[in-house]
Amino acid sequence: MSERRGGALWGAALRRLRANRPACLALALLLGVALLALLAPLASPWAYDSLDWRHLAQPPALGAAHWFGTDRLGRDLFVRTLHGVRLSLLISVLASVLSVGIGLAWGTIAGFAGGRLDEWMMRFVDVLYSLPYLFLVIVLNTLVGRGSIAVLLLGVAAVGWLTTARIVRGQTLQLKRREFIEAARATGLPTRAILLRHIVPNLAGTVAVYATLTVPQMILFESFLSFLGLGVQEPHASLGNLINAGAQEMESAPWMLLVPAVFLVLLLVCLNLLGDGLRDALDPRES
Amino acid sequence: MRSIPVSPEAGGGGAVLELERLAVTFATAGGEVSAATDVTLAVAGGECLGVVGESGAGKSQTFLAALGLLAANGRVRGSARFQGGELLGLAPAALDRVRGARIGVVFQDPLTSLTPHLTVGAQLTEVLRHHLQLTAAAARRRALTLLERVQLSDAQRRLGQYPHELSGGMRQRVMIAIAIACGPALLIADEPTTALDVTVQAQILRLLAELKRERAMAMVLITHDLGAVAGIADRVAVMRAGRLIETGPVASVLGAPREPYTRELLRSVAPVSAPASAPVAAAPVALALEEVSVAYPLRGGWLRRAATLRALSGVTLELAAGEALGVVGESGGGKSTLARAVLALLPLAAGRVVWLGRSLGTLTPRELRAARAGLQMVFQDPLGSLDPRMTVEEIVGEPLAVHRPGLEPAARRAAIATMLERVELGTSLLGRYPHELSGGQCQRVGIARAMILEPRLLVCDEPLSALDGPTQRQILALLAGLRRESALTLLFVSHNLALVRQLCERVLVLYLGRMMELGGTEQLYREPRHPYTQELIAAVPVADPAIQPARLARARPGEPPSPLAPPSGCVYRTRCPYAVARCAEQVPAWETVAEGGAGIACHRWRELSGA
Repeated sequence: MSERRGGALWGAALRRLRANRPACLALALLLGVALLALLAPLASPWAYDSLDWRHLAQPPALGAAHWFGTDRLGRDLFVRTLHGVRLSLLISVLASVLSVGIGLAWGTIAGFAGGRLDEWMMRFVDVLYSLPYLFLVIVLNTLVGRGSIAVLLLGVAAVGWLTTARIVRGQTLQLKRREFIEAARATGLPTRAILLRHIVPNLAGTVAVYATLTVPQMILFESFLSFLGLGVQEPHASLGNLINAGAQEMESAPWMLLVPAVFLVLLLVCLNLLGDGLRDALDPRES
Repeated sequence: MRSIPVSPEAGGGGAVLELERLAVTFATAGGEVSAATDVTLAVAGGECLGVVGESGAGKSQTFLAALGLLAANGRVRGSARFQGGELLGLAPAALDRVRGARIGVVFQDPLTSLTPHLTVGAQLTEVLRHHLQLTAAAARRRALTLLERVQLSDAQRRLGQYPHELSGGMRQRVMIAIAIACGPALLIADEPTTALDVTVQAQILRLLAELKRERAMAMVLITHDLGAVAGIADRVAVMRAGRLIETGPVASVLGAPREPYTRELLRSVAPVSAPASAPVAAAPVALALEEVSVAYPLRGGWLRRAATLRALSGVTLELAAGEALGVVGESGGGKSTLARAVLALLPLAAGRVVWLGRSLGTLTPRELRAARAGLQMVFQDPLGSLDPRMTVEEIVGEPLAVHRPGLEPAARRAAIATMLERVELGTSLLGRYPHELSGGQCQRVGIARAMILEPRLLVCDEPLSALDGPTQRQILALLAGLRRESALTLLFVSHNLALVRQLCERVLVLYLGRMMELGGTEQLYREPRHPYTQELIAAVPVADPAIQPARLARARPGEPPSPLAPPSGCVYRTRCPYAVARCAEQVPAWETVAEGGAGIACHRWRELSGA
């Protein structure tokens, strides 16, 4: 496949995205936070688990040893929060890729095959939908052991792909009836090639948008699990367990809740704005 | 009927609509685009003005602008007077009192211009009650009279039906009923017959002509079909690129056009004699269809029984190598199904398709895919049949990638470039995407994709119906040229009999999935034997105002019945003027009437042709 595939469409989409101020601002902020999360722990003298006995439960102050303050054990909140952002972003992006990948494959196959196979595949999705996912994660946790990031990833992805599969199947059903798919069959393309060369590239816009909107959902879900104690475990930090720890000190040390909460809200708002911007930009009817 | 007060100058010969130096522009991202410039014309009461030109000539926009129906980014300048009063700049409320009451409008697509969730009766009475302040009962009575006037069969029942339950022709009759409901002084019909079958076209045009006469209405017929203009217009205005280039009485404009462009338009619809018949008997049989039937299972709902739609029944014919066969008939006749059955793109319910001695049904999927290199297809929708995310180079090169994967990239590029030249496209288009091309260019790309493997059989499914007259002619010439170059066997499906006549040696007439008549093109067009073929040929519009009105007056009523419940015996009997008791009881057998596979399915053809 050539590099230029869809070039014109993506080019036009990029132009439209650039005209969308909030989305651009969100993208810049996101890149900034991600960069900070990658580099700042290196720049700071503190590690995410090093204790500073002289500064226990310090409130944030400019020019102080700990900008964002410390927790009860004297751990630097700035470093811990950025460490948490890094872990949350990593888990959510991986989980999004995984869930979108599974959902894409499942949805295209079901939609393109149609008939009985479609029926069975989608009923399976319905059954999984009706399972209490929290229960699923708890079972996985007890089986594999608490705090395993792989388990967390699987648990989060297992929930995410169901919606993707439904959306992709609907799109595939529409695409399948288009004349260019019939033209591909008349040319003599095998089914697999029709799927890979004609169906999937035409789904790319929808899927790209959905993936961007999945990441914040995943962050939220990961935080939720960690908040409940099912996710990332101490001494590792994620936005979820930081907020959990902060919530317990809400009255005596509110910064311990506020700092990770502000970062969480920032990430979520930025990702949602970007996703909305992408959706508008990739819709060719928006000229 | 006329309960709306009408200004005195509207009656008789005075101008009802006068456009003066009307200009329409659209503000777009790329700057201001002009759709119409300096259009000055007038339509008198009782007169029909035909406005012709290719799509994009500004015909519709001119009149939409006069009615205040432009898109938000449109601007109109100049003047449009209706019965002496200025329309441009009129307040919306005042405009609403004119539109729909004193000016009726009929659009091209009756399905999109009717509201889907309201019954026909509700939409018709709404107009009557709004403009004429009738009571519900009176409006209903008037609605029934109107539907009967537009010759909608079974009018009482239609009042309670939804638009999707009606055929295209019936929907257009409903639109006309709504347009004339309040006794307008002016009727604007924008491509009213373009989406319809040729037989129904003739019926609708005849109806419009009758209505104009009986109500002394002024009428504007916007169309690209010169045959329609020749049939009912009194005067013609030819538009090109937003400008009026020629106006005059229909007989002089179509008979002795002054402008070269008008001559070009006329040439593109002129009847051309069929190609010299190749000695068909000498060539070996390439494609044989034996009792081919196709059925679509329709899924029943919860409490509904599943039904079967028999799209094609017992089609048997042979095509010699290098022969071109045209397949004609109304929509729903099974033409497109036949095209797909020949290429094994859908499963057969019975019978077999034999290509070069091998039955396609017995091939394994792998063998069938390999065989497809020799069997290619050109589709109806030029844009829709191209993958929107592929460049022209990728689209045309795809068959090579599938069937000759070992080809060197350089050789492949050269083959694609040569192919583009053969379909008269520049290699500068290689990197373009389908949406950046015109309809004609898209169809050339589709033909290039089909021809790049040098197939032996090319199936064309209505390849020209989405294109303009002059473009149709160019693509037709291209297909004829390709045929000469590469000894192609051609199956050409079209509802346009005039186009089939220019390309094909033999013609097959299908009706409700059954073969009605098969014969040599010249014989079939000159002396059609089957009553259905006669009807089809009588309905073909001729761009000659001296004979077309009389041809329209002879148009037979009736539309195809539902293919879900075909009539017993001969399927055509419900519309056939010669039907007798026997036609309802017995399915007519296929009779061979001449050499070369000419045949007919009709009980009475012998006595009818003898008389």
